[in-house]
Amino acid sequence: MIFPKLKVLKSHGWQYIPDLNAVELTEEFRGRPVLTTTDDMSDVEEAAKICPTQAITAAPFTLDLGRCLFCGECALRAAKNIRFTNDYKIGSTSREALIVKPGDESIAFCAEQVREEIPALFSRALKLRQVSAGGDASVEMELNATGNVNFDFGRYGVEFVASPRHADGVVVTGPISSNMAEALDICYNSVPDPKIVIVCGSEACSGGLYADSRAVDRRFLERYKVDLWLPGAPTHPMTFIDGVMNMLKLKTR
Amino acid sequence: MIYHITDNMAEAIALKDIPEVDYAALYNDLKERLQDERYHVAHYFATPDGTRLKFYMILLDDHEHKMMLSSFAMDYYEDVALPSLTALHPALHPFEREITELYNVEFDSMPWNKPLRFPFNRRNRNSTMDNYPFYTIEGETLHEVNVGPIHAGIIEPGAFRFVCNGESVLHLEIALGYQHRGAEHEFSSTTNRLRQTLLAEGIAGDSAVSHATAYSSVVEKLAHKPASEALWIERTVALELERMAMHIADTGALSMDVAYQLGQVACEALRTMTINTTQAWCGNRFGKGLIRPCGTNKPLTTEKVAMIRTNVAEIRRRYNEVVEDIKSSPSLLARFEQCGIVPKAEMQRIGGVGMAARASGVKRDIRTSHPYAAYASQIQHESIVKRHGDVMARLTMRCSEVLQSADYIEQLLATYTPTDIARPDYEVPMAAESLAFSLIEGWRGEICHVATTNAQGEIATYKIKDPSLHNWLALAIAVRGEGISDFPICNKSFNLSYCGHDL
Ligand code: SF4
Repeated sequence: MIFPKLKVLKSHGWQYIPDLNAVELTEEFRGRPVLTTTDDMSDVEEAAKICPTQAITAAPFTLDLGRCLFCGECALRAAKNIRFTNDYKIGSTSREALIVKPGDESIAFCAEQVREEIPALFSRALKLRQVSAGGDASVEMELNATGNVNFDFGRYGVEFVASPRHADGVVVTGPISSNMAEALDICYNSVPDPKIVIVCGSEACSGGLYADSRAVDRRFLERYKVDLWLPGAPTHPMTFIDGVMNMLKLKTR
Repeated sequence: MIYHITDNMAEAIALKDIPEVDYAALYNDLKERLQDERYHVAHYFATPDGTRLKFYMILLDDHEHKMMLSSFAMDYYEDVALPSLTALHPALHPFEREITELYNVEFDSMPWNKPLRFPFNRRNRNSTMDNYPFYTIEGETLHEVNVGPIHAGIIEPGAFRFVCNGESVLHLEIALGYQHRGAEHEFSSTTNRLRQTLLAEGIAGDSAVSHATAYSSVVEKLAHKPASEALWIERTVALELERMAMHIADTGALSMDVAYQLGQVACEALRTMTINTTQAWCGNRFGKGLIRPCGTNKPLTTEKVAMIRTNVAEIRRRYNEVVEDIKSSPSLLARFEQCGIVPKAEMQRIGGVGMAARASGVKRDIRTSHPYAAYASQIQHESIVKRHGDVMARLTMRCSEVLQSADYIEQLLATYTPTDIARPDYEVPMAAESLAFSLIEGWRGEICHVATTNAQGEIATYKIKDPSLHNWLALAIAVRGEGISDFPICNKSFNLSYCGHDL
């Protein structure tokens, strides 16, 4: 019947975000932190002690977003020193750039490190194969969301495909469980050259809570060069979109 | 008496108060008792205890709203086979398989003695993902189809092996373990309770609120510090928001798989609204950071209460329009009805739980059988139960539950005045040598967390059960006799967790 459909359509309206560059997230969202050094750093030492992934060091004062799970607890313990902003532009081509220092006002994307062929070949169409290796399903759902009716990243030709043979790169999520290590390797090797590796989620960037678990095997990251590091727990669709657009030189942060 | 009787709101139990009996006594009792559908096993596991291996059994009595605890022990290296309970009650298969996999304890005449998840600490190192003993059927007209571990979409990994006769599926076997991260082990190897909370949130990221609630509740029981009424109300709102978000997501996923694009995009947008509501409350779309032991960092404010009420009312209204459209579209009904049936008796036999069980007429719902949170006070929860056990029943189950959850949220928030709620406490002392457990009805079904503590009052053993542990077998049964092309909608109608199973 047509009437119920018209009703759904009317209520649904227009959901598409017209300008992905203009997106602002809610104030509550925990994105890029801002660090401030104070005379008394004891709160930071406390925060470093409780941080579940040892993302914080007190001397020198740094916070590694590749380890951070954005629980926000450190900002409550050391309110004068750590404050989370809603800036979701936290991806980078450099793992080191994810380490935030006092006074940093943005995460450096380090566009100069992007291999030349990446924007040249993929800026109009990039097909990716996602592999979850111990991901907890939230990062995976956020990656799905990048293609949904709201974000519609497909408008830039960036899409996920079923076969690695059709892909230009892999997106790895999860701490890389040992039981998935071989399948991940086979998948990567099935992607034709030249190819991209994107590591998505703090769990993938550092192992997260499972960094020292005997059930993970992260040698994949030693074997192959990572082109894009995307922190988050999970990585927000906008973090993914911003990171990939920078990598493809469709924008500069 | 071979059981210690308790309930879901009770505090921790001293280990010495849990009767230690002979396996034979427990076996004989369960042999009979489990024939009655009012009983089922919530958890059954082994854990090293000095030179012994100690086994705990948590049995639920749905009629009396009671939990029954028992235990038995054997020498760590004792070389005897225990008579298998799975042989009589298949529902126990994951528990016995786990015990065998971790401790090499054999169960006599166990009919399905296969690896469960290939954990890093398994006894048999020769047993690996690559040599999972798939069941095979020989025949000239038969062929096998292997799917996975990597699937077509953006989803977690698992290996599905179909035995097909032409287009129709004779048998499906699901081999899991690819997602194993050693989660339970991580809980007991740290005393940092913030770390434990985050581990709980990541057991299954789509059920972060439910698993974190189960963990927090275990800590509160061990600390003899029950959560306040206000805290329970806020948690209930979060739990029901999570249920709404995932049921809406799955309505969209089912729509996508039958090329019903309108339903798909409408549900995508509605799910976005739901999780953005959670994000506006706590800063994370999945509710991570919201549930903490003994308090919260994100108490509701008057503005947030109003925001949630407005959004939920709008989501409810628009979702209901999608439901009406589904029900009036014969082309959709033709795909969903009579497809992927799990009959009631079968669901009962394999120990299905949660919404999938209720869709087959098996009333398993912790919110009614073992109430906690606001289900034990303000909400008189009526479980929704369907009869047909097909994809349609699992879909309409979701449709009804979304509306019910929206009503509960409205009911709770309409009269709620935000009050002072304690901040989380990660250092509260916990009872030594005790056991605490918590059962929560997540959107998939019953989640069970169990902890035992050592002499210092720190967690010694942590056991987690996601409802997926039981329900994967239901999916395998649902596709028998179906065309293999109907597998996607059967799978989506359950939407089970891989990481929740593999831990
Ligand atoms: S927000 Fe990040 S850095 Fe801070 S305590 Fe949590 S995990 Fe550690």
